[in-house]
Amino acid sequence: MAHDHHDHDHEQAPPSDIALRVKALESLLVEKGLVDAAALDAIVDYYENRVGPRNGARVVAKAWTDPAYRVRLLSDATAAIAELDFSGRQGEHMVAVENGPDVHNVVVCTLCSCYPWPVLGLPPVWYKSAPYRSRVVIDPRGVLAEFGTVLPEETEVRVWDSTAEVRYLVIPERPAGTEGMTEAELAAHVTRDGMIGTTRL
Amino acid sequence: MNGVHDMGGMHGLGPVAPEGEAAPFHEVWEGRVHALTLASPSRGNIDSGRHQRELIPGADYLRMSYYEKWFTSLVAMLLKGAMVTEQEVHTGRRDPASPKSTPHLLAAAVTAVQTRPASYEREVTVAPQFQPGDSVRTLNINPTGHTRLPRYARGRTGVVERHYGAHVLPDSHAHGMGEAPTWLYSVRFEARELWGPEANSRDSVRLDLWETYLERA
Repeated sequence: MAHDHHDHDHEQAPPSDIALRVKALESLLVEKGLVDAAALDAIVDYYENRVGPRNGARVVAKAWTDPAYRVRLLSDATAAIAELDFSGRQGEHMVAVENGPDVHNVVVCTLCSCYPWPVLGLPPVWYKSAPYRSRVVIDPRGVLAEFGTVLPEETEVRVWDSTAEVRYLVIPERPAGTEGMTEAELAAHVTRDGMIGTTRL
Repeated sequence: MNGVHDMGGMHGLGPVAPEGEAAPFHEVWEGRVHALTLASPSRGNIDSGRHQRELIPGADYLRMSYYEKWFTSLVAMLLKGAMVTEQEVHTGRRDPASPKSTPHLLAAAVTAVQTRPASYEREVTVAPQFQPGDSVRTLNINPTGHTRLPRYARGRTGVVERHYGAHVLPDSHAHGMGEAPTWLYSVRFEARELWGPEANSRDSVRLDLWETYLERA
C-alpha cells in the first residue's frame, strides 16, 4: 500500500536523482547476471511483510502470560524466540532484558544501526540517525523525555549499546488493567518503541 | 577508525524525530538498495560492509540519508570487487566484452537465506581471561581500521557482567584478515565513569566488547 502511494507520487513528480541511480544500478546488475530481479522483489517483500514489531509483540505477550516461557526467554532468548519461528539474519544472538518498577532498559547502536530484524523488522529512521545514536548514551533521560517517557529520578536506566552481533529485545512492563486479556489482545498493546525501550506501555 | 560514525556522546546533532510503526521503506528505491545489498555477490562480509560505510567522508556521512549511505558503499564494494567497472556504473549498461554471470541468490531461496541462523560464535581452545564480576579497563586504542570499541568507552573502567563465548572479531574480519574468534563480554560502565559527575549515579551503559579491547583493572 505504501508502494502504491509512492508510485502515485512518482507519476506527479520526476523521480529523484538517487532513485534513478538505484534503478540504473539494478538494471546493470541484472543485465550482468549478478542479481536476480525476482530475488530482489522477494527480499523487499520479506522485510515489508514477514518481519516487523508484531513478531516481537508476540514474544513479549507470551512472556507476560507464560511464566515458564519468560524464564526461557531471559535465559536463552535466541532459542525461546525460535520457538515462535522467528530467527535468522540480525537475530543470531538474542538477549532479552526486562523492565521493572525500578529498572528501565533502552537499546541503541552508536556505531551503525544494529537492530533485531527477526523480531522488530528494520529499524525506524530515528534509530539509525545521528541525534539518537549520539545522545542516548550520554543523556538517556533527556532522549526518553522526547518520546514522552519521563522516568522518576530513582529509576535505574540501563543503556545497551549493541557493539557486537548480540541483539537486544526489551520486555516492557505489562500495563495495568490488562489482567484477563488473551495473548493476542496483549500483543496488540506492545509497541515497537516499547521493545526498543524509548517508551513505556 | 575515529570517524563521525562513532558518534556516541556527541552534542549538536539535532533533535530526535520519533515516527510511528510505518512501512520500513519510505521510498521504493530504499527497498531496492536494501535488497541489492543483501543479494549482491560483492557483499564481502558484515564487517567489511560496515567499514565501507565508515569510509564515507564525514561531511557526506552526516548529510546522506541512511540508504544513500548503503547505496554509496554498495557501489564502492562492487567496484572494489571488480564486479562492475566505473564506466558501467556511469552508463548503467553492461560492457559487452564482460562475462555474463549467474545470480547466486534466486527468489526461491530468499526466505531460507533470511531466516537461517548464521552464528558468529566460534569454538576456541584458549580459556577466557575474564569472568562475570571482574573489573576491566578498556584500552586507549585509536586504530585507523575498523573497530567496535567506541571512543566514548576507551580507557574506562567497568565490570564484566556476561560472557557470550568467542565471536568473530570485526577488527580482523572487516579487513579480510580472518575471523580471529575472540572472547566477547557484556561490560557495564557506570554513567559517571563515562560522562563525569553530572550523570545520574544510578545509570549505566553496557557494551559488548571483545577481550582484545580489555585489560584487568
